[in-house]
Order: sequence, then C-alpha cells, then structure tokens
Amino acid sequence: MEGSGRPYVEYRKVSKSYDGKTTVVDDVDLDIRKGEFLTLLGPSGSGKTTCLMMLAGFETPTSGEILVDGRSIQNLPPRKRGIGMVFQNYALFPHMTVGANLAFPLEVRGMDRGQCRERVERALQLVQLEGFEHRRPGQLSGGQQQRVAIARALVFDPELVLMDEPLGALDRRLREEMQYEIRRIHKTLGVTVVYVTHDQQEAMVMSDRIAVLRDGRVEQVADPETLYEEPQRSFVARFIGENNRLHGKVMGIEGDICEVFVGGEIIEAIRIAPCQVGDAATLSIRPERVAVSPKSGLYTNEMVALIEDITFLGDYLRLRVTVCRTSDFIIKIPNTVGHGALLAGDKILICWTPTDCRVLDPETEGEGE
Amino acid sequence: MTTITTTTAGHGFWHIAYLGFCALVFAFLIAPILVIVPLSFNAEPYFTFTEGMLRLDADAWSLRWYRQIVEDEEWSRALANSLFIGVSATVLATALGTLAALGLSNPAMPARRFATGLLISPMVTPVIISAAGMFFFYSNLGLAQTHLGLILAHAALGTPFVVITVTATLAGYDQNLSRAAASMGAGPLTVFRRVQLPLIAPGVVSGGIFAFAASFDEVVVVLFMGGIEQRTIPRQMWSGIREEISPAILAVAVFLIVFAVLFLLTVEWLRRRNAR
Ligand SMILES: Nc1ncnc2c1ncn2[C@@H]1O[C@H](COP(=O)(O)OP(=O)(O)O)[C@@H](O)[C@H]1O
Ligand SMILES: [Mg+2]
Repeated sequence: MEGSGRPYVEYRKVSKSYDGKTTVVDDVDLDIRKGEFLTLLGPSGSGKTTCLMMLAGFETPTSGEILVDGRSIQNLPPRKRGIGMVFQNYALFPHMTVGANLAFPLEVRGMDRGQCRERVERALQLVQLEGFEHRRPGQLSGGQQQRVAIARALVFDPELVLMDEPLGALDRRLREEMQYEIRRIHKTLGVTVVYVTHDQQEAMVMSDRIAVLRDGRVEQVADPETLYEEPQRSFVARFIGENNRLHGKVMGIEGDICEVFVGGEIIEAIRIAPCQVGDAATLSIRPERVAVSPKSGLYTNEMVALIEDITFLGDYLRLRVTVCRTSDFIIKIPNTVGHGALLAGDKILICWTPTDCRVLDPETEGEGE
Repeated sequence: MTTITTTTAGHGFWHIAYLGFCALVFAFLIAPILVIVPLSFNAEPYFTFTEGMLRLDADAWSLRWYRQIVEDEEWSRALANSLFIGVSATVLATALGTLAALGLSNPAMPARRFATGLLISPMVTPVIISAAGMFFFYSNLGLAQTHLGLILAHAALGTPFVVITVTATLAGYDQNLSRAAASMGAGPLTVFRRVQLPLIAPGVVSGGIFAFAASFDEVVVVLFMGGIEQRTIPRQMWSGIREEISPAILAVAVFLIVFAVLFLLTVEWLRRRNAR
C-alpha cells in the first residue's frame, strides 16, 4: 500500500438504477488505493456486482463518476480500460485450449508469438499450472479452471484486477486454498485488486480493506481489524463476526459515554452514533468481551443473566443467556478452571466495560438474518 | 398385486397395438418416397413396375434415366440454377438471420417481440400469398424473372430458419464470455469472430442448411417469379410431370432424397455436438 497522494480509483457520488425506479447503487463514494486488496462485502443483492461492472465499463452510472488515476473513465469502453476481470463462472473460452485462452489478451494487443508464449508460461507458473497449455477448460477441475481464469486476467499485466465472487462455486477446502493463493499472487505482483464476496470470513482473511455494502450504500470502509473492533453501524456489527445486540433508549450522555436504558437496566456504553437523549439506540457487544464475574463491583456494567444452555467447544465455552429481557445473548468464555460448575438454569453475574459496548444507530428489532 | 398383473397384461397388448400403429404411420409417411427409388431404375418409360422388374430381370433395370438427366441440357441448367440461387440465398439468409438473431437476443433492443414476429412471418404465411405479393412487388422493381429477384425472394423465405436456430443457440451462450473478451482488450468484431461465432456456429450452420433446403425444394415462388432462364430443379420437375411423363424426374427425385437425408444427418450431428 502506498497510501500517499491520490487514490488510484475513486467512486464519486456514484448511483445506478436499472429501471429508473429502484436505486441499486446509492450515492457511493469510495477511494481505492494503488496496490491494495479491497473487498466489496455485502449480502446478495446489495449492489456489489453492479459497482464492479461500472468500474469494468459494462454498466454506466446513472449519476456520478468513476475516476482511475485521476481521469474519468466515463467514455472509455471496457476494452480500453485495461482492467483484468475474473468472473464467478470463470468465463473461460470453451473452444480454446488453456494456452489459447491465456494468449487471447496478448494476441489482441498484437504481441508477437515468442513473447506471447513466454508470458503465457509465466502466467501458468504463477498459478502453478505448468504443462496445462494444451488442455481444454472442460478437462479441468473447478479449482484449476479458476486458476486459469485468474492467470488470464493477469497475463496482460493490468494494473487493476476485478474479481466477482471468484470462489463462490468451489467447495470449502478448495476455497480456503484459493484464498491463500490469490493473496500470494496479490503480494507477488503488487497489483490493485477489487474483490467481491458475500462471505465475511473470506473478506476478513483476504483484504487490506473492506467496504461493507448494504442496499447499494457503503456502510463502512476499514481494515478487517477496525471493522471487527470498531463497527460504526449496527449493520456492520451484525454482518462481521458474532455480535450481541441490545435495543434501548438513550437516557443520558456524558462526553463519550451514554447511559442506555435496556430491559429494566441502565448500561453504560461508548457513543458511536450521533444520538441524543431520548433517542432509540442499538448496543453492540462481542460475545468474547463479556466476562462472568465471580464477585460484583468489577465493572460499571453488571447484570444478572440466566443461563439457557452451555455448549462446550474445547478451548472455550459458549453460553446462551437471557439478560436485560433479551434472550439469545451469547457469551464466550475461555475454558479455565472453575467454569465446570456452570449449569443451565443458573443465574450468573456478567459484566463488560463501557468501551467494549458500542451505541450504534437503532436497528428495528428482528431486522435482518 | 393382482391389479399390477392385470395392468401388465393390458400394458403388453396396448404396447403391441401402439407399436403396430407407429409402424403404420411410418409406412404411410415413407412408402411413397421409398417406392420412387426402385422405379427410377425402370428400363421402360413408365411410372409402374414392369413384369421384368418384378422378376428381377437385369434387363428390366437400367440407369438410362440417370444418364438422361446428366446429359440433358435443361436438367443441367436447372441444377446449376438451383445451386446458384440456393447458395446465394443461403449466404444472404445466414448473414442477415444471424445478425438479426444477435440483435433480437439483446435485452436492450426495443420492440423485440414485434421484430421477431415480423422476421418469422414468411414461415407461417402461406407461400402462395408470399409468392403472389413478391411477384407484384418485384415486378415493379424490375426484379421479376431475374436471378437476383429469386435469390432475394428465397433469402426472405430462408431467413426465419436462421433466426430461429441462431436464437436458440444464443440462449445457451454465456454473455460473460463476450464481456471477458472485451475486458481483455478485444474489439466487438474480434469478440464476435473469435469467441461468439465459433460457439454459436452449430446454430448458424443448421440454420443455413434449412435455408438452403427451403430454397432448393421451393417451387411456388419460382413459378410466379422465374422465367425460362431461372428454372430450378423443382420447377423443371413440375414441367416434367405436366408435359412429358418420364421416369427421369424419378431419378431427380432420388437425388433430392439423398440430398435431404444428408442434410438431416448433418443437422442432427450438429445438434448433438452442440448439446455436449
Ligand atoms: N442487469 C440488471 N437489470 C436489472 N436489475 C439488475 C441487473 N443486475 C442487477 N440487478 C438488480 O440490482 C440489484 C443488485 O444486484 P447486484 O449488483 O448483482 O448485487 P450483488 O452482486 O451484491 O448480489 C439486485 O436487486 C438485482 O436484481
Ligand atoms: Mg453479484
């Protein structure tokens, strides 16, 4: 990541509507730095593909513009954008051999045969498919086809590569292997990658930064750690990792700390959403940030919780409790000496620090999932 | 259990009846065509089996009608006309039909259904009506009784076949392939030539074969529009039946049957290749 200076790709207030009624991409502002691995993450239908297709040039924004290297690409047809693309269904040419598939972008550029062969060989090496030149795509496994598709998107040395759920059709083990492979290739070449997935774990593993999309809007752009630790919106908190949400009302604000009234209790939490006293709010807290406290007076936030069930997961225990009149509240505690005595139906004292509990925009109850 | 036994017995009877019925239908369809083949080897100028033929006398059989059509100038000209008009009309129909199918398969194209209907209409309009209409229209343009006129008319009749077969193959074509090619820097023509056309070729070729067959056995339009100079094989057969009843037209008919079988085999082969 170079970080300095102008971003490589800029979405400027980009909106898109296919039918003139529903807005599929809504006022997106997004900067992508040169050399970074940026992932567009969102549930199906959130507009990820549309965002990518506008950058590739297969769709035009209804309003706003996209700049690459500081220049608007509005009037540039896809073939002049020099962007490598990997499609979910691979889109390999079935009537050409692997070698011919890889040579295609080079021949189109008028490269001579010798150089062409050399490049194709190098690209196959990169994806560890040496010796597959003469096979047809139909004779390859899904994972191999995906590697060919990646090699083909890279063989002409594009500065920007777009990948639309490239691993969606693979089984889990292969997917994990390919995630690692794509990461390795990205590191080797230093090319800018815009990656699309609906799988938050995949996004967390692979990305330098993640842009979370919801209903065509960018909810938050951040590196994986920040996204996990400091979600700015309840949707992000819910979408990334496991999360407990409590719905309440803001009773008081003191600096960064709000007092929120939830199910008969007052909880102190850190204020993220610009809320006022009297506003509805959603509190978000990670299951691993809740402690079971042996004695009271440890933290400001202390609640009595009723254990509904306990799942033993080896290195930690997972408790499902009811607290503040909210059921399905999850707590993860390390499996240390002394926890063996916990039983379903027990009442325990749980606690957390105000800084681990975030006041976010109110989420209508039962929304999502 | 008993019910099953009865149904199986019933099934056996009906199954045989069904097979018999199918055989009858096939005989009804094919016998008139098959009977032409031995008759075309008749040594006598009759349309019936002579006693000698039935006795399998070698003398009663001959190739004289085949020799006659090969040597006869009118038949050679008819064949040349048929091939020239057929091939030209096929090239036109294939090119135009493929272009039309490409356009009609684009979701952004306005009035798709209407345009498709219009292009397909020559297939459902009775030929006699098309032929009469074409005759008046082409006469005004001075195209009646010219080769060009017949080529255009046959191209119009052949285009719907191409539109239909190419549209069908395009339905199975992954548009992402074109996008992928474009993203790699290929212009629209290169994308079409190197990616799309090779993949929809089976549809294009079978459409072309149908278009050629449509022209090759077409007689109504030729009757209306063709002069002496534009006589095609079917037109020549027409005169043959009316003017001089000779087994020579049976020999021609056998040629046409062989042609037709070859066409069908090719189309079927293409269809299977495409299905893979
Ligand atoms: N070509 C199109 N025409 C009309 N609507 C479309 C088209 N492509 C996508 N959409 C709609 O736009 C919305 C977002 O789609 P998409 O960008 O594919 O989302 P994602 O890739 O996140 O699943 C969906 O509601 C989808 O139905
Ligand atoms: Mg998508």
